[in-house]
Amino acid sequence: MPSNKSVSDAPITQFINCRILRDNELQREDLWVREGRILDPEKLFFDEQGYADKRVDCEGSIIAPGFIDVQINGGYGIDFSQASEDVSDGVSFVAKKILEHGVTSFCPTLVTSPPEVYHKVLPQVKVHDGGPHGAGVLGFHLEGPFISAEKKGAHPEKYLRTFKSGGLEHLMEVYGSLDDVAIVTLAPELPGSQSVVRELSQRGITVSLGHSAADLSQAEEAVQQGASFITHLFNAMLPFHHRDPGIVGLLTSDGIPAGRAVYYGMIADGIHTNPAALRIAHRAHPSGLVLVTDAITAMGLPPGRHTLGQQVIEIQGLHAYVAGTKTLSGSIATMDMCVRHFKQASGCSVQEALEAASLHPAQLLGISPKKGKLDYGSDAGQSRLHLYFCLPAVRAAVVPPLCPQRFLGCSFGLFSWWGEGAV
Amino acid sequence: MRLVILDDYDLASEWAAKYIRNRIVQFKPSADRFFTLGLPTGSTPYGCYQKLIEYYRHGDISFKYVKTFNMDEYVGLPRAHPESYHSYMWNNFFKHIDIDPANAHILDGNAQNLEEECQAYEQKIAEAGGIELFVGGIGPDGHIAFNEPGSSLVSRTRVKTLAKDTIVANARFFGNDLFKVPTMALTVGVGTVMDAKEVMILITGAHKAFALYKAIEEGVNHMWTVSAFQQHPRTIFVCDEDATLELRVKTVKYFKGLMHVHNKLVDPVLSIKDQ
Repeated sequence: MPSNKSVSDAPITQFINCRILRDNELQREDLWVREGRILDPEKLFFDEQGYADKRVDCEGSIIAPGFIDVQINGGYGIDFSQASEDVSDGVSFVAKKILEHGVTSFCPTLVTSPPEVYHKVLPQVKVHDGGPHGAGVLGFHLEGPFISAEKKGAHPEKYLRTFKSGGLEHLMEVYGSLDDVAIVTLAPELPGSQSVVRELSQRGITVSLGHSAADLSQAEEAVQQGASFITHLFNAMLPFHHRDPGIVGLLTSDGIPAGRAVYYGMIADGIHTNPAALRIAHRAHPSGLVLVTDAITAMGLPPGRHTLGQQVIEIQGLHAYVAGTKTLSGSIATMDMCVRHFKQASGCSVQEALEAASLHPAQLLGISPKKGKLDYGSDAGQSRLHLYFCLPAVRAAVVPPLCPQRFLGCSFGLFSWWGEGAV
Repeated sequence: MRLVILDDYDLASEWAAKYIRNRIVQFKPSADRFFTLGLPTGSTPYGCYQKLIEYYRHGDISFKYVKTFNMDEYVGLPRAHPESYHSYMWNNFFKHIDIDPANAHILDGNAQNLEEECQAYEQKIAEAGGIELFVGGIGPDGHIAFNEPGSSLVSRTRVKTLAKDTIVANARFFGNDLFKVPTMALTVGVGTVMDAKEVMILITGAHKAFALYKAIEEGVNHMWTVSAFQQHPRTIFVCDEDATLELRVKTVKYFKGLMHVHNKLVDPVLSIKDQ
């Protein structure tokens, strides 16, 4: 049949025999794509009188929106917090590799560092869309340095900071620029945090609570000022206590302003969080769960010893230890492993597991489309169109079929396609 | 008239689909000579569409050189609304076959000028050389398309206000809320369908039995507009047992006795693979 020419000459691909994650369920529908955008097939048929130029048989696979990793410190030997000259090369390298795990957008994460590192690293990487060359960058996640000394975890103590008067200006001095920053993790109990949280939120930056010894009322106050995320729930915060649930209490708090939601990151590698704790959190607040890898430099490297910066790490299976010890030195699970483990541990459906790694982080960052329309980016004026599944105009992103198919023992396969010219 | 009686809905759907298939294949449509097909919507033809899709998937028919003209569409219902006839046709038929979108015609219930839209539709049918086979259904009030009781039997494509019976019957698709059902529709006229070379009416279910009785055992009457086809040279009524419940035993026996003749129209069933 002659190619449709009324709107665009670009070829249209129709994916048949697939299941699409749409409207919170897996639907047996075909997917129509042109130039990296999903088309409304009814509009295509009746308005444009167009049809597919090519059909691809998915053999029953699931087409899922690309995963979004909002906390990833590096991988494959690359450490994002290193102040090197070629940060953007490192980010691009990791961006390409994580496509294999289904991640199509991410927030390169910087741990607590001195100002020189921020000033050097931040300007080198801009927010940009993904493509066949690699996952898109949604902006940096700055985890620290405004965190609690008591809950610093593996962050270097000497670079921790407190808020000075002047709020945001001081932040700007430390970070240099907030232009390409998507998330800032801070401890709300630090004096002066309220105005910082408020100002960051107003700028469209997601404020996350983490590495903190805050109690529930301090956490609620921060949420009222605009905070909307919790960095790796349970880790680096006060444990849940029945008379003061701390930050964990935000999951069921009645102090959240109407119309707002609190999301929480979970490292579902089976190591950082006991599956029972994962289930408690999930059952308490299923729609807020955001899967993150919090992957470190060693992620993606083969088992054995590796020297990374100042440390020697030993990888055994999914564990990364400080060499010669049993001290965990970070997470090396990939996002697809996390999705799989989360589904298995929580007993949730395939659709919920996929949404925890795609829809929820998109909602967190304010880039998920409402029904029938897309949310555009922040004041920076860049449109952060994202990978999503609804009609009409969204980008589908998926994983090359060469990566592990048939997850979970059912036909849960992530399928891949990038159109020619997709940005 | 041929009255083809099958045991149940599935068999009736299959018979009808085989007939349409044979007609298209025999016609040998090509780029110079399209097969024009009139199409209905609703729960009755659903099974028939499913069978046609199955035949297409097996490679036995192609809709590449078929032009379709649907009977009707609601006025004022957004095209993307799940209950619009555009949605119905897309989801239940067009999506699954190889018809060229330019050849699938449905009245536009959201056109700026509804009268012009109706006239243009008649024009398109004429330009396509008329309808070779018009497939239709019947309402419980005996209407064909939206030609409600009292419609002129020589009417053309126009705007119609729906009868209460029709609105009530359709409420089930609008959450059983009568106020949500559109009150007007664009429809081909009785005369428009009568112009087709051949007409096939699908009637299944006991709730249609009385209408079928009125349509074929009583006189031609504008209160039961399907009765107009008594005056068409080539009409086939395809129905299931339940739809015959209000007919005289004599009528049913006569036509059942003719099934061996009727079945020659669908047996052997033809395929483009053999051409």
